[in-house]
Amino acid sequence: MNDSFVAPAVDWLYLAPILVVLGAGVVGVLIEAFVPARVRRTVQVVLALLATAAAFALVVVLWRDPAVQGSDVAPYGVRVLGGSMVIDPFGLAVQGIVVLLAFLAILVIADRTSTGQDAFAPSAAAVPGSPYEDLTRRKGLEQTEVYPLVLFAVGGMMIFPATGNLLVMFVALEVLSLPLYVLSAMARRRRLLSQEASFKYFLLGAFASALFVFGVALVYGFAGSVDLVEVYRSLATPGGPLASMPGLVVVGALLVLAGLLFKIGAAPFHAWTPDVYQGAPTPITGFMAACTKAAAFGALLRVLYVVSLGLAQSSPATREDLFVALWVVTLLTMVVGTVVGAVQTDVKRLLAYSSIAHAGFILVGVVGFSQLSLRATVFYLLVYGLATVGAFAVVTLVRETAPVRERVPATVGAGEAGAPDNPSDDSGEQPVAVLGEATHLAQWAGLGRRSPWLAGTFSLFLLSMAGIPLTAGFVAKFTAFGAAIAGPDGQGGGSTWVLAVVGVLASAVAVFFYVRIIVLMFFTAPAGGADEGSGEGAGASEGAGVTVVRSAGPTTVAIAVCALGVLLLGVFPSPVLDLAAEAVKFVP
Amino acid sequence: MELTHYLVLAAILFAIGAATVLLRRNAIIVFMGVELMLNATNLAFVTFARMHGDVTGQVLAFFVMVVAAAEVVVGLAIIVSIFRTRRSASVDDVNLLKS
Repeated sequence: MNDSFVAPAVDWLYLAPILVVLGAGVVGVLIEAFVPARVRRTVQVVLALLATAAAFALVVVLWRDPAVQGSDVAPYGVRVLGGSMVIDPFGLAVQGIVVLLAFLAILVIADRTSTGQDAFAPSAAAVPGSPYEDLTRRKGLEQTEVYPLVLFAVGGMMIFPATGNLLVMFVALEVLSLPLYVLSAMARRRRLLSQEASFKYFLLGAFASALFVFGVALVYGFAGSVDLVEVYRSLATPGGPLASMPGLVVVGALLVLAGLLFKIGAAPFHAWTPDVYQGAPTPITGFMAACTKAAAFGALLRVLYVVSLGLAQSSPATREDLFVALWVVTLLTMVVGTVVGAVQTDVKRLLAYSSIAHAGFILVGVVGFSQLSLRATVFYLLVYGLATVGAFAVVTLVRETAPVRERVPATVGAGEAGAPDNPSDDSGEQPVAVLGEATHLAQWAGLGRRSPWLAGTFSLFLLSMAGIPLTAGFVAKFTAFGAAIAGPDGQGGGSTWVLAVVGVLASAVAVFFYVRIIVLMFFTAPAGGADEGSGEGAGASEGAGVTVVRSAGPTTVAIAVCALGVLLLGVFPSPVLDLAAEAVKFVP
Repeated sequence: MELTHYLVLAAILFAIGAATVLLRRNAIIVFMGVELMLNATNLAFVTFARMHGDVTGQVLAFFVMVVAAAEVVVGLAIIVSIFRTRRSASVDDVNLLKS
């Protein structure tokens, strides 16, 4: 026997962005153990921001790398560790989008606002309402494990779209999901809802990844390999012991796609989205809504292209069937997202349904199956992510208030600064305590009068999601639907234009519920605001006022960057569209 | 071929696991259903590895085991924290989040 071990050659350079993020996550865990509590939070925040910024810089450097972009003599893309990681322009583009959005999301996560509290429970392990929880609040504990967890999730999200191996994809899926399950359970307020969100997310997520991995097993049975290139080869030219069982690979591919569509939040697999988005801490919701979707669409495109190109060689009829399934998913996603979204009364749930609808719009671009549709998808993911992180960042600042009676309620950290948190712009005749987020839509009435800037930027994000011209959302939808109309051959062939028509109609319905919020904020008198106090429309908690807390800085920066991005990409989209066009180079 | 029997068994186990997830009420049992699905996958991986005559499938089974273990850690933590809050591990009692 040959017993000498040959170490594999690894192109560490091309893994650098991922290694930086995951390495920072590991260092973050050590910081929890060794850095004194006083400075722990600062160190964690700085580390997380530096890591994501450095990863973004590395992605930019690699983008211009000749081995990645290819040349006249060499093809593009680098296969690291025999295809376990595929660093090609497409993978890098999605990685760049993920780390950019993660950077902005970490800014929002790190913000303690003028109340001096972040969005996370002082100790997530404490039973809600127990004396121990009371104690952790009084002591002013902080759960700084949030930052390493976010970094691990980002690491998984960066591997997910940049791997050519189904097993690595599965591991990346878990690496990105497990931290998100935990993060969902850590809200400071409404902890029962938060735990419930985490519970549902976990059970459904575990179910979906079990489907995914069984699909991988079936594909492995057919192809004899989990490498996507090998899968393509066996699909195109069937051979091997199980070549007589093409049903194996069809069922396998459907299961794999189901697992990926679950992460995207597409329609038959969307049931978790509203509950999890509503229950999770709002900064985390923004993070996972934007970044998970980008990463999962990257992985979905890879699998979809391999399966579709391979089946086109061997059995076009099966490919057609697969497309019918995708069509149904796309249509259903758009319809469910917009129709159910239109009757929501909770801002976070509404944004969740909006995110489902956007998954449908992106899928419209995806099923165009051309270079155009890849470009549209990459651009759409960036635009959607910016608007989503921004919108959820705004939601974190709009808070409920309650008049203070004898003592400060347990929900407010009494440890900080002694006096009850009194927003300075509220020249209080009566001290009020700032509670959790005011997520009920009725509580947002008249927000535009009290804080025109905040309401204005929120309107901008909503208009972008609605796809109004001069915002980035319009360009994104235009390119996505354009790709669908152009069809697979880019010449207007195929019948994917039907999807584009439904997409436009669904967008029109969606405009209704976005504009409804804008009208509510600017043209409706506050129902349960500071001047009324009755708030029968609010229904959430009687006697509760609504206030806007001041950001401690980071959230303002994040909102400003997102708003600027949405505007700039809407007015001058061409540079980024050109970049996205370069990103369509794609190693299967 | 004899080996296909193992594949059929894997499919049956997977179906039982999926049915458990979808039908049972107790969170722990639901969770066991997920584990059953993952182990059915392992059986399928190993059988396919035998059919193809390469060890890749056996290695994949190890990866799935490790991931399943990590999932158990996180999952049980979440279920226990819910149970300590509500004194119940029934998936039907977890219904505060409704539109």
